[in-house]
Amino acid sequence: MSRNLVLSLSPHDKGGENVQKIMWGVVIALSPALLASFYYFGWNAMRVVLLGMVFCMGTEYLVQTFMIKQKSTFMDGSAAVTGLLLSFNVPASIPWWQLLVGSVVAIGIAKMAFGGLGKNPFNPALVGRAFMLASFPVHMTSWPKPLENAWSFGVDAVTAATPLGKLSEGGVAALPELGSLDLYKDLLLGRVGGCIGETAAIAILIGGVYMLFRGIITWHIPLIYLASLAATTGIFWMLDPGKYADPLFHVLAGGAMLGAWFMATDMVTSPMTSGGQVIFALGGGVICGLIRLFGAYPEGCSYSILIMNAFVPLIDRAFPPRRFGREVKHG
Amino acid sequence: MRLRTFPKGGVHPSENKISAGETIQVLPIPSRVQLHLGQHLGAPAVPVVSKGDRVRVGSRIAEGKSFISAHLHSSVSGTVAKIDDVIDASGYRRPAVVIDVDGDEWEADIDRSPELIREIKVDAETIVERIKAAGVVGLGGACFPTHVKYIFPEGKRADTVIINAVECEPYLTSDHRLMLERADEILVGVQILMRAARVESAIIGIEANKPDAIEIMSRKARSLPGIEVIPLKVQYPQGAEKQLIKALLNREVPSGRLPLDVGCVVNNVGTALAVYEAVQKNKPLVERVVTFTGRHLPATGNFLVRLGVPAADMAAHLGIELDEETAKVISGGPMMGKAIAGLDVPVTKGTSGIVLLSESHARRHQVQNCIRCSRCITVCPMGLEPWLLEKMAQLDRFEECESAGAADCIECGSCSYTCPSSRPLLDFIRYGKVNVMRIRAARRQK
Repeated sequence: MSRNLVLSLSPHDKGGENVQKIMWGVVIALSPALLASFYYFGWNAMRVVLLGMVFCMGTEYLVQTFMIKQKSTFMDGSAAVTGLLLSFNVPASIPWWQLLVGSVVAIGIAKMAFGGLGKNPFNPALVGRAFMLASFPVHMTSWPKPLENAWSFGVDAVTAATPLGKLSEGGVAALPELGSLDLYKDLLLGRVGGCIGETAAIAILIGGVYMLFRGIITWHIPLIYLASLAATTGIFWMLDPGKYADPLFHVLAGGAMLGAWFMATDMVTSPMTSGGQVIFALGGGVICGLIRLFGAYPEGCSYSILIMNAFVPLIDRAFPPRRFGREVKHG
Repeated sequence: MRLRTFPKGGVHPSENKISAGETIQVLPIPSRVQLHLGQHLGAPAVPVVSKGDRVRVGSRIAEGKSFISAHLHSSVSGTVAKIDDVIDASGYRRPAVVIDVDGDEWEADIDRSPELIREIKVDAETIVERIKAAGVVGLGGACFPTHVKYIFPEGKRADTVIINAVECEPYLTSDHRLMLERADEILVGVQILMRAARVESAIIGIEANKPDAIEIMSRKARSLPGIEVIPLKVQYPQGAEKQLIKALLNREVPSGRLPLDVGCVVNNVGTALAVYEAVQKNKPLVERVVTFTGRHLPATGNFLVRLGVPAADMAAHLGIELDEETAKVISGGPMMGKAIAGLDVPVTKGTSGIVLLSESHARRHQVQNCIRCSRCITVCPMGLEPWLLEKMAQLDRFEECESAGAADCIECGSCSYTCPSSRPLLDFIRYGKVNVMRIRAARRQK
């Protein structure tokens, strides 16, 4: 025989999908929101996003190379996604060292300490953000006004409260524009204060639809999460529209869109069957709504997802797929 | 019209039906053949010849003695050289009858004329007897002795014979060619099987990537009462019998049960031809059609090959050498076939094809962590959780493998095929499944 042949068990054919393609696919899906953030927050957005990605990928590289002593997988795209999402979840004016702390917590503690890619129970970017919000409450809640001084250096950014912040402070009275078309247009296009990547709902939606068509996510989590949030806030709005904001506002404002399309759908930290995903998203939407309506924080999206992350192992066991030939009568 | 398929799971690998246009060629007989005694599911056949015996084509050389076993016939005329262990496609040395060829003399009672005999003169019992006598087994790859399927247990009845002409494995084209070239004989074979099963209806399921076969089979079946040809959407593993029954009749075979439990008997289209030859021509199963193919090969083909002929003869006939370009040789299709160590292995009743893969397609990819993407769950046609079974099998937690349904796995490989982390899902599921079967057997002993 002329050569040694490869022997292995079947199947001998392999589909074209791999981790790198999926993760960089998510990065592509995030790019419309990224461009929107550059447009609204200028240099600062570029600075934060670049630093966030470098910090996250760097942390992964350092932990793997010097602490675990294994070949680093920092280029597999998952650390890049975490870096992007963490940056998207902070204000554009965040000091670099706070972002560094957040990145180290996100990758070092929330991801690598649990065993790295695929092993983390909680969404790393959200853990990083929650840590930053608890540690640096002032910087994490001062929001540069979009389009103001975006491209000038050395000028302090003008700050503006987010719509959800106003609502939480002063109730519906603090948001007189509620119900006017302009507000929804602003929310859709991102002409409001907020975290870097969460403001432009339309840009997030474009990325989400891309992921749907690319087969990276299914419709279950984003649509049910948003529907559940709308239902929860809608009930109270119908009971007393003078006290509560309408459900469309809640869906478009704050981090709900970014959370529903990009954070809750993180495959590592969400249930694996469609049944489980429905429950996960339902719970997330309800929790987010309740925090916004009655909680101490103006925004509850990230906490709602983190809380539901904790239930994922239970949900996975409670909603297994339908087995072939198990639920039919034995003939 | 929307084509039928099975509702849950499956994948669609590149079809690569390169050899679909190649007419079936008769492969010359070599100077020596090696006939393994265990070329079917069940107990190996017991030799009834010994060294030095003269045999003709169709002489019975080994008998299936157990309920699930099959007879074996000489595929050549000549002298028994030895009965010895010979490496088979699985890489193990297994007992085989080795025959030195001398001419091509057939048993006298075999009808070798090309004349089509439509009229079926025998009853169900005789049909089953003749199928058994001819050593016919399922030619789709599983090699289950065909006559056993038609010996119904007390109280069981069938209403439909299903002919599996799906050929969902990429590359393979032997069934496709058979339908194009021998449709009349196949359809008589189907009628014989209908009589054997005592049913009035038969369905031939063909995937839509074989429009010419669908056309010719539908046209010829039109005049035959009870036989229906149904085109199916291309979806692997539609050729798995549970998935095929679900696709065609929307009946679900219960876990651990057989097609007969939902009133079906399933046979491969090649088996239908073998049944025709066995019953109408008194011809035992001594040859079959084998596809020899590969994307990097200068030529591919479909061959009518006598059993026991080394696969290398097909390569030689096509002028192909195993050079540096070929990195893997598969007996069967790329999804469920076995990788073999060379072309020396003899063709058996279950050899549907020999597929050669080049270096770029031969090796597995780097294994990465599971990212819980749930694609394995989505593609599993049996509704299992491959990632969970893999994990449990790795930890030797076989009780959990059992409750998670390892025994239901049909080993189609859709999970491993689709896994973006290239995890060896099916390898570990097989390991778990074997141990679950062992535990179950031990439990029955108690």
